[in-house]
Amino acid sequence: MKATTADPGTRPEIRKDGGDVLRRWWTSESNEFAGRNLALIGVLVVLIALGALTRPDLYGDPDWVRNNVFTILQQASAIGVVTVGMTFVIIGGGIDLSVGAIMALAGVWATTVATQSFGAGGMIFTAIAVGVGTGLVNGLLISYGRLVPFIATLAMMVAARGLAASISGKQTQISGNATINGIASTEILGVPLLVIILVVVVAAGWVLLNRTTFGRRTVAVGGNPEAARLAGINVRRHTLLLYALSGLCCGIGALMLTAQANSAQAAMANLYELDAIAAAIIGGTLLSGGRGTIVGALFGVLVFSTITNLFAINNLTTESQNMIKGGIIVAAVLIQQFRFGSLTKLFSRTA
Amino acid sequence: MIQDASRRRLLFGGAMVGAGALLAACTSNEQAPTAAQTKGPEGDNANAAPGKAVTIGFSAPAADHGWMAAITNNAKAQAAAYSDVTFNSVEAGADAAAQRAALDTLISQKPDAIVMLPHDGKELTASGLKAMQAGIPVINLDRAFTQALAYRVMIKGDNYGMGVSAGNFIVAQMKAKGVTNPVIGEIAGIDSLELTQERSQGFKDALAAAGFTVANRRAAEFTVDSGQREATNLLQALPKIDALWNHDDDQGVGVLAAVSQANRSEFIMVGGAGSKAAIEAIQADNSVLKATVTYSPSMASSAISLARLVAQGRGLSDLVELSVPKDITLASETITKENAANYLQLGF
Repeated sequence: MKATTADPGTRPEIRKDGGDVLRRWWTSESNEFAGRNLALIGVLVVLIALGALTRPDLYGDPDWVRNNVFTILQQASAIGVVTVGMTFVIIGGGIDLSVGAIMALAGVWATTVATQSFGAGGMIFTAIAVGVGTGLVNGLLISYGRLVPFIATLAMMVAARGLAASISGKQTQISGNATINGIASTEILGVPLLVIILVVVVAAGWVLLNRTTFGRRTVAVGGNPEAARLAGINVRRHTLLLYALSGLCCGIGALMLTAQANSAQAAMANLYELDAIAAAIIGGTLLSGGRGTIVGALFGVLVFSTITNLFAINNLTTESQNMIKGGIIVAAVLIQQFRFGSLTKLFSRTA
Repeated sequence: MIQDASRRRLLFGGAMVGAGALLAACTSNEQAPTAAQTKGPEGDNANAAPGKAVTIGFSAPAADHGWMAAITNNAKAQAAAYSDVTFNSVEAGADAAAQRAALDTLISQKPDAIVMLPHDGKELTASGLKAMQAGIPVINLDRAFTQALAYRVMIKGDNYGMGVSAGNFIVAQMKAKGVTNPVIGEIAGIDSLELTQERSQGFKDALAAAGFTVANRRAAEFTVDSGQREATNLLQALPKIDALWNHDDDQGVGVLAAVSQANRSEFIMVGGAGSKAAIEAIQADNSVLKATVTYSPSMASSAISLARLVAQGRGLSDLVELSVPKDITLASETITKENAANYLQLGF
């Protein structure tokens, strides 16, 4: 037996030239994208390959494939926008359980008869204002009212659905506005507008998180609020802004969903909060705050909408889809925990 | 100092929510039932004549769905049409336990009859039994109790029949067009509900009688956005289809949106329940929606009428029987362009 494998308690020192360099490469900041998201890209590739294998008749048609890619992206668009806001909130050390309810409220309010009479501009303004307004209420309750985020946003989740049901008279509010409905079918240079909105929001989120003071403060507040306060960051105000940002994303998402369904309903965007949290987490965002990536969250959303698509083209049930979803959440987080650093350790130990 | 500030801000937050509620009240979209969804005292109907004054208790889940909203509105309006009925409605709350608690309160008030649409018939059977044992006749509305002792009258829609009606319509249309091997899609509602399973079974059986099968079935959540999502996926899976059945006209708004976004029009679509928007679309005949099969919330109005007759000890005057029958299952009718005008008044 070799000396290197005799004591599993100490880190193997051989392969310093190989394993260690590799490990440093995978875990270094510049390769965070590859290290964290490669697993998710792998999952996406596997899912698409499974689709091509099970339905070669469909995947043999290039027009269908192009159309399907945009379908998957469009299905991911509204939840993707909301997930960007959710990722900021979670990185900042909070949680927002009210996103689905806020989307329903914003959508329903924007489609009431009274609001629709102001035209598309009125509807857009209303949805955004309701989103930001409810986000601010969440933020005020949490940062200045000192409520735990879980409780404050849980209360908002219940209250916003109630308010949405009351405003809509429990009826489906049909949007008769051609401009709003047109958002779902407009294409610019062959790319659906919904996909463009998603890309713009994700890009804006990435810049905000990685290239601005606001982003650095978010990470600081989520990582250690006390240290952030001592460093001169107004933690309360920052927390308030994070929830307002999440609300803004909900308002945009609500408009996208309303455009897609040509209507809004108090029950719509059901359980979006859980999908958004799951997508953020499997995208590499730490649930306890202080770390996370926007691009990872986008991949998380894409994995979910690709699964839905794969199951639909093979006529499989929603139940089995949900079980697979659960498995993927666990697998993705496990893969992140045993990242490549641990894997090289594993290999060198068994070598 | 800080305590004060945070309290002030908390009040401010509360004020904002309050202001929101106030604004909401101004933009509310409550819909009143049409005259046809209730039936007032009519000419030579002996039962219409005022009888003994009775109190009818009512309980239905507070759902945020158009159909359920229509159930409560219809019951209320029907009760108001009778001069001898006092209507006592209790909110059923969010789940079976809340409805049970509300019913206990109602039973203790000893109304002359109770009309109950349970969250789940299985879970509320005990409440029905309790009321019946207390001498209060229970009119079980739509979701069936498991024990016959738990109700005096049951009036419900026919979920299996809905599927059969939708299937039969599609079979007839395919035969008329000479399509021998049609590709048929199905957008169901919430899969875990018995009613959804019954609807799908009826559909399957009716199609099987003609040798047809469902090529792809997606379950949605009875909401517009889930309808849009599942329909988009279904259309993606089936590049060419001949017929599509969507279980619910509320989620059908989303399904129709998905159809037009996908630029598809090569097939016929059948809806479910009979919403006003769906009936109007069938009448206009400018979309793929060619028919819908009824599951009308007017059954709530009928339930109130039956409760009144039971409490007053009368029967249904057209029947030979001296009292009201025990089980009434409504037929699921098919609404097409030809008869849409008759049904528009029942649309919700």
